[in-house]
Amino acid sequence: MGKKLKLADLEKIRERVAKEKEKFKYRALVCGDTGCRASGSLPIKDALKNAVEKAGLNGKVEIVLTGCNGFCSVGPLMTVFPEGVFYQRLEDKDVEEIVESHFGKDRPVERCMHKDPRSGEIFRTISEIPYFTLQHQRVMRAMGKIDPESVDEYIWWDGYAAAAKALIEMKPARIIAEIKESGLRGRGGGGFPTGLKWEFCANSKGDEKYVLCNADEGDPGAFMDRAVMEATPHAVLEGMIVAARAIDSHQGYIYCRAEYPLAVKRLNLAIERAKDYGLLGKDILGSGFDFDVEVYMGAGAFVCGEETALMASIEGRRGNPRPRPPFPAVSGLWKKPTILNNVETYANVPLIIREGGEVCGEIGTEGSKGTKVFAVTGNVNNVGLVEVEMGTRLGKVIFELCGGIPEGKKLKAAQLGGPSGGCIPAEVMDIPIDYEEITKAGAIMGSGGLIVMDEDACMVDMARYFMDFCQDESCGKCTPCRVGTRRMLQILERIRDGEGREGDVELLKDLASIIKDSSLCGLGQTAPNPVLSTIRYFRNEYDAHIRDKTCPAKVCKALITFKVDEEKCTGCRACAQACPVGAISGEKKKPHLIDQELCVKCGTCLQKCKFDAVIVE
Amino acid sequence: MEMGCHLAREEEFSPDDLEKADEIIKEYRGKPGALIPVLEKVQGVVGYLPESIQRRVARGLDIPLAQVYGVVTFYSFFTMTPRGKHQIRVCLGTACHVKGAQKVVDQLERELKCKVGECTEDGKFGLEAVRCLGCCALAPVMIVDEDVHKELKASRLSKIIKAYE
Repeated sequence: MGKKLKLADLEKIRERVAKEKEKFKYRALVCGDTGCRASGSLPIKDALKNAVEKAGLNGKVEIVLTGCNGFCSVGPLMTVFPEGVFYQRLEDKDVEEIVESHFGKDRPVERCMHKDPRSGEIFRTISEIPYFTLQHQRVMRAMGKIDPESVDEYIWWDGYAAAAKALIEMKPARIIAEIKESGLRGRGGGGFPTGLKWEFCANSKGDEKYVLCNADEGDPGAFMDRAVMEATPHAVLEGMIVAARAIDSHQGYIYCRAEYPLAVKRLNLAIERAKDYGLLGKDILGSGFDFDVEVYMGAGAFVCGEETALMASIEGRRGNPRPRPPFPAVSGLWKKPTILNNVETYANVPLIIREGGEVCGEIGTEGSKGTKVFAVTGNVNNVGLVEVEMGTRLGKVIFELCGGIPEGKKLKAAQLGGPSGGCIPAEVMDIPIDYEEITKAGAIMGSGGLIVMDEDACMVDMARYFMDFCQDESCGKCTPCRVGTRRMLQILERIRDGEGREGDVELLKDLASIIKDSSLCGLGQTAPNPVLSTIRYFRNEYDAHIRDKTCPAKVCKALITFKVDEEKCTGCRACAQACPVGAISGEKKKPHLIDQELCVKCGTCLQKCKFDAVIVE
Repeated sequence: MEMGCHLAREEEFSPDDLEKADEIIKEYRGKPGALIPVLEKVQGVVGYLPESIQRRVARGLDIPLAQVYGVVTFYSFFTMTPRGKHQIRVCLGTACHVKGAQKVVDQLERELKCKVGECTEDGKFGLEAVRCLGCCALAPVMIVDEDVHKELKASRLSKIIKAYE
């Protein structure tokens, strides 16, 4: 057990850590997020450590394994402060050169720096790279800059100052007023005003109340919550402490999905450290306020992101949602008043308390204040996390921050909001990021998954993909969702298979409206959105599948055939050797032939052919 | 009660593992909301949750077997059949889907001669499709045991798998 901190100790820790950091000339931050680990960042960090030791630069270079800074597609990556030199796609051989040249001779290694994917221009530091300069980082401010396993480093970055202020200087009503003033709305999808939610719960009578954190980030294509938990787990805890004070709760739970083992590990470690310091537990910072947090691991059910299902799951039952009212603010976990916010929402709270709600609400649009983190993935040059001001144009995120579409292809659509969201076509890219505007365009803000699709994506297939997801994840409690999503999927599957019938689109729309109106929870109520939005913007693709039996994007297997262009084929045998089912025959140096009976349409031959001789019809 | 095709008896588990399972159950006995963490931990020790193990948990926690079965069948993390020695989990999240994850699954099914949700005949590999591992920037991805393999191509799969044989 460490020493329990008092308010004045926070400042002392800040000063001590700052002083310790001054000793080093360089602070080398290596990303140790799940993504960069998969790219091999841990061996890079070890190699760096060895090389620094070998060069005798131990006292000069501080090496820190951080969480995600967002730029996942160029990992393993390292940022070297004080200048913020940004190195990307590091390999073992780069490490020695960096140690020798940068750390040894103060000459940063240009070869490993970031290059613009289109112009080839070299950017030396993170304050030059558009991917970072065009962001407005609040939630991500400390991400990738500090050691997630060190509470001292978090305190150094103003950590727990908001908790201290909320516990010692502020009354609960004042905390709620600040949150309301900031205009913060739930970042998990619903967009419900956070301050209002807290106020409802604060006004509920109950001997016990609970603060829950929804870390069941189930939307496929969204990973900002994982990154926040892995990079700044203390920020989540701090947000929860403030919430606990606001509603007078003494117990919190973080419900984290089992697919995120590193996040669970870091959260548990953060809780342990915070307890050692007396930042959780009894009499936090000498304020007389008690609050504890426990991590609860999910077991793989998308519906548990729905608040009432999540609570059922914590209670040890099947994650079936229940009708509301009563709302959780009145009767939630164990039938006690409960608030539930997601990870990003809590991570927004410390800044609001530190700087004040009014200041924080200054950026954004009329109805959507502050910033939003997006996980931008799919067919886009710079894949990763970006945090932008509300009101930023969607197209700006895709083209200016994320560098547009690779291989000179055209943008077709952006999918926002996961299985509850919709596809926004290229023509509508000038809409501002705003809860209401995005809903009007047929999608939802959701948790911030933004999947970029180029001209090779089939919109019917995308709609089928999301419907497959929803029907699979439907808990089965209410009929419209259980049966309705199944029927919609069957129709989409037959359209994909070239067996669509005249009137199928109308049938889909009918079913969609019934499912939306009559489902019990958000899963069913929003499940038809991807279908409706693709019908709205890409009706011609549905018609092509149904009437002409063609897939314009050449994705749906039943509607395409692979052929060899005899004039272009050189008979090199590359495709024949690669074909997994032996469907390609032909002698060397003579045009080959694809046996349509055997072909499984995997597209391997298309990838292998260097002469563009494989054509898809 | 129909418990899937694999009817395991308790004798299949080592006394050591069963003892560990009992300890876990005992530790959580009487705690509210214990069932899911208990099942997670017990599965971690004995590998999977057939009827015999579910009965053990129900008895130990003093709750109805139906409740245990209900929870086991609801959450995809729990399995009533043994998994492969090496479990391959292919991500079918949206980013992976857009980048061709289905082709990865198709190729793995051909290569391993087993379908998603099954094991290879020798029990060496289990193939599983999962919804979003949160590594969207590296799509398409799969996890073998604990290792994340990124930016997969159908043609690279056999090499990756061979390394685990």
